[in-house]
Amino acid sequence: MTRLTTFDKALLNLLQGSIPICSHPFAELADRLGTDEGTVLARLRELKAAGFLRRIGTFFDSNRLGYQGTLVALKVEPQALDAVAQAVNRYPGATHNYEREGTYNLWFTLLTPNAEYESNILAEIRSLRGVEDMLKLKANKKYKINVQFKLQ
Amino acid sequence: MAISEQDKAIIKALQEDFPLCEEPYKILAQRVGISEEEFLRRVKELVDEKKIRKMGAVLRHREVGFNANALCAWQVSPDKIDDAAQVMSSHAAVSHCYDRTPAPNWNYNLYTMIHAKTRDECEKIIGELSSLTGITNYKILYTKREWKKTGMKYFCETT
Repeated sequence: MTRLTTFDKALLNLLQGSIPICSHPFAELADRLGTDEGTVLARLRELKAAGFLRRIGTFFDSNRLGYQGTLVALKVEPQALDAVAQAVNRYPGATHNYEREGTYNLWFTLLTPNAEYESNILAEIRSLRGVEDMLKLKANKKYKINVQFKLQ
Repeated sequence: MAISEQDKAIIKALQEDFPLCEEPYKILAQRVGISEEEFLRRVKELVDEKKIRKMGAVLRHREVGFNANALCAWQVSPDKIDDAAQVMSSHAAVSHCYDRTPAPNWNYNLYTMIHAKTRDECEKIIGELSSLTGITNYKILYTKREWKKTGMKYFCETT
């Protein structure tokens, strides 16, 4: 696997913070790193191809776009887990889906444009073979959403 | 809170992978059919309106060495939840901190995602958060497998 150089870490730390909103954003990042636009772009393409970057882009506040979100925990029979996980994955609004240790072994987040949409999807998932219980954990307040890993 | 058709087009352009080229916003503006200047102006406004939370990169945390990732569910008395959430949010290892309505037979109302390099480190962080907040009833739910993690595609529902 590609080893991250000191330059890579500085670049990724900066890029996790923000992409400038201007005509040549990568030239501005390059300025701050003491290099040029071409070097930054070439290295970013390599780091992306090597799998270090999950996504470069825009992250929206789902509530302010009119969407509602919930965390859902499922208790699934072990032999049905793969099939249920794949069924959950097929919903575009299921953006995060994780198998976890514990009685409730599948946890996913669901974003939908309205309550009816949400309850229809949850009813479908609850009725899947092997789903024994479902917890719906609605967010009241988001104190922090900031996925940044400081690389040293 | 209606979102204009033009904003929807801008949001749809922005939610795809950001082009890694010299003038990325020009390309996105072309997809919407507006000028780069107008596109940049509107993006800045969407940031001011807090509809955009962040423009930037998210790393694959396992690839960069974070192998112990846990959802920690805490049981807090409602009058203490605000203070506890502030303390937890200020910790660098906490990426998400949400107050959630608990469910029957599941009394946990505060949720944090914690990222560490090892389980020992993760549990040390959780121990620190517990002693800082005085919350002793919690459940550590380690990630066993990531089945999906994607950005949301807004305004693409079929029905």
